[in-house]
Amino acid sequence: MTLQRRTFMASAAASAVLVLLPLPAAAISLDDEVQAALDAILDGRSAEEGGIALDTPAVAENGAQVPLTVRVDSPMTAEDHVSAIHIIATANPEPGIGSFHLTPHLTKAEVFTRIRLAEEQDFLVLAELSDGRVLQAAARTAVSIGGCAT
Amino acid sequence: MSDLHQSTPRVRLPRSASAGDTIEVRTLIDHPMVTAVSGPGPRDMLARFEATMNGETVIAYDFANGAAANPTFTFHVRAAAPGDFTFTWTHEDGRRFTTEGSVRVT
Repeated sequence: MTLQRRTFMASAAASAVLVLLPLPAAAISLDDEVQAALDAILDGRSAEEGGIALDTPAVAENGAQVPLTVRVDSPMTAEDHVSAIHIIATANPEPGIGSFHLTPHLTKAEVFTRIRLAEEQDFLVLAELSDGRVLQAAARTAVSIGGCAT
Repeated sequence: MSDLHQSTPRVRLPRSASAGDTIEVRTLIDHPMVTAVSGPGPRDMLARFEATMNGETVIAYDFANGAAANPTFTFHVRAAAPGDFTFTWTHEDGRRFTTEGSVRVT
């Protein structure tokens, strides 16, 4: 009994940590359509984990309006900046959520928007850098009411 | 369709800033963003958002089906004179909704 409870508490603690930190995007299994959306962005490159912070609720009340802040470590200079941020759903009817195009006129690579998630799922964020590298991160959000009725 | 949604964009900018400072920009446009993928149509979607400062693009966004209704953005621009902003949302059918704003850059 004690052992079971301890095991449960340990796994609950582990889940809590996973919600707070970005998931390794590479660990997520992707269906063909999502993989194709990723491949179109990567264009033969491979993405590196890290350098991206995702601020989004672990449980969103309304899947039609899920707040999301993406923050990428970048000096945002002409020589070294984030040029694009792509957001991809893994369990929506279609993977595309949207793509930001950034310029060095921004002081930081930090953007806020609201996204639509049909059900609990992982979503992926890819950041393209001016030197050609690509960073990736993922987050998992549960939704109380699904967001794809339109 | 004759009942296409007419959108009114809203933007929040500071009144003034020093050159080089960070200007926080918040935008909101009322739009239903109807994908017609898993619900009733007709499809009614914005395709692109773009913000310019003094005629140069500072940020843009290409909407896909996972964009929420009443799209909103917050971003941070490096203030440069004269600080004239234009914000444009382009519908998939080509219509444009535009608003302008100015920050006094000293």
